[in-house]
Amino acid sequence: MITTDICIIGAGPVGLFAVFEAGLLKMRCHLIDALTMVGGQLSEIYPQKPIYDIPGAPGIIAEDLVKNLLLQIEEFKPGFTLGERVESLDKQEDGSYIVKTNEGTAVHCKVVVIAAGLGSFEPRKPAVERLEHFEGKGVHYMVKRPEQFRDKKVVLAGGGDSALDWTIFLSDIASRVTLVHRGETFRGAPDSASKVFELAEKGKIDLILQSQVNSLGGNGILKEVSILSNDKSLTTIATDDFIPLFGLSPKLGPIADWNLGVEKSAVVVNTFDYSTNVERIYAIGDINTYPGKLKLIICGFHEAAIMMQSAFKYVYPDQKLSFKYTTVNGINAF
Amino acid sequence: MINITVEDRAGSRHDLDVPVDIGLNLMEVLKAYEYDIQATCGGMGLCATCHIEVIQGAENLSECNDNELDTLDTLPDADSNSRLACQIRPDENMDGLVIKIKALQEA
Repeated sequence: MITTDICIIGAGPVGLFAVFEAGLLKMRCHLIDALTMVGGQLSEIYPQKPIYDIPGAPGIIAEDLVKNLLLQIEEFKPGFTLGERVESLDKQEDGSYIVKTNEGTAVHCKVVVIAAGLGSFEPRKPAVERLEHFEGKGVHYMVKRPEQFRDKKVVLAGGGDSALDWTIFLSDIASRVTLVHRGETFRGAPDSASKVFELAEKGKIDLILQSQVNSLGGNGILKEVSILSNDKSLTTIATDDFIPLFGLSPKLGPIADWNLGVEKSAVVVNTFDYSTNVERIYAIGDINTYPGKLKLIICGFHEAAIMMQSAFKYVYPDQKLSFKYTTVNGINAF
Repeated sequence: MINITVEDRAGSRHDLDVPVDIGLNLMEVLKAYEYDIQATCGGMGLCATCHIEVIQGAENLSECNDNELDTLDTLPDADSNSRLACQIRPDENMDGLVIKIKALQEA
């Protein structure tokens, strides 16, 4: 069990900056994110885009902002659990919480901060017959451990960068790799696309274009996929694994089940301190809503500062909070 | 002002009056008419949560650029009539456009 003062759900820009504001008040943080990297939307959706409305950082590139935020909080030594989705919050008798993820990680904390943006990013699932039936039995929506595909027959589907990149990567590991793509050409990175065509020409992979996987078969575990081409001909090929890669899409997910006030997929908070209707649980950034809410990174930063002042009373119930400027006191790293 | 017909997820159609001189893209117009569109990335054409199918009038739309095609390629249910509403800027030529909302509903 991980023990900390504050568990922050979501490692996007606002969750990261919240570590800084907590650190100033000597509160330690642990962050959990469903993505395997920090930065949230900035890393997943628009890493190369400039952001123009961060004060003092004109036109900063999204991934640079994430790097800078990590640098800014480094001294407060936050913990990270990445690639896991928070499933439940269990209130303890003393008022503290145990936060649990889908992989069984447990974080014991005094305060929970939901900085989950639009929810957790989850894989888009294509319309394939019996897809969900074979989840965990041959169907994978992401490649976490490439080694598990060693000497296996693998079918991938998709036309984006991740489908191309994993096809190339797995061609050296799996016994046979087949990539199925709806289109005729790939619009992902041109280098990756030409590499895939080259591998297909050499016979190292099978490339099936203008086609879609339309159903899966097997008895308990996946044995075969049926592929429908745009001209309606159907082929069935034997496989051990099927990896559809169609990007990620945000879902509110389990947050909806935590008895919090929720309006239009956002958590209702009191603007006095961005607390929710449940004591010790706060919500900041794009995930919250209140009259006049603006979904801007700077607004999330502001909310983080205010919110941590309020959370102090749960972490240090016997101390009086006195407000100090960093220019006067520095940041007093842990 | 032009007229656009929108088929919602349930299959019912509504005619919308759409102003062409106020700088809104089609995703923003749909949101203004309170259609439930996530538009996660806010209109950069990167998230594919404003996916629509053009049923009629595709010839009057500006062509898809590579960026939009890239994003559409990540969608399992995209086809040759698919567009991202955020990349379409309504103009006088689009009067009579008929579209269907394909993007998933907000969670």
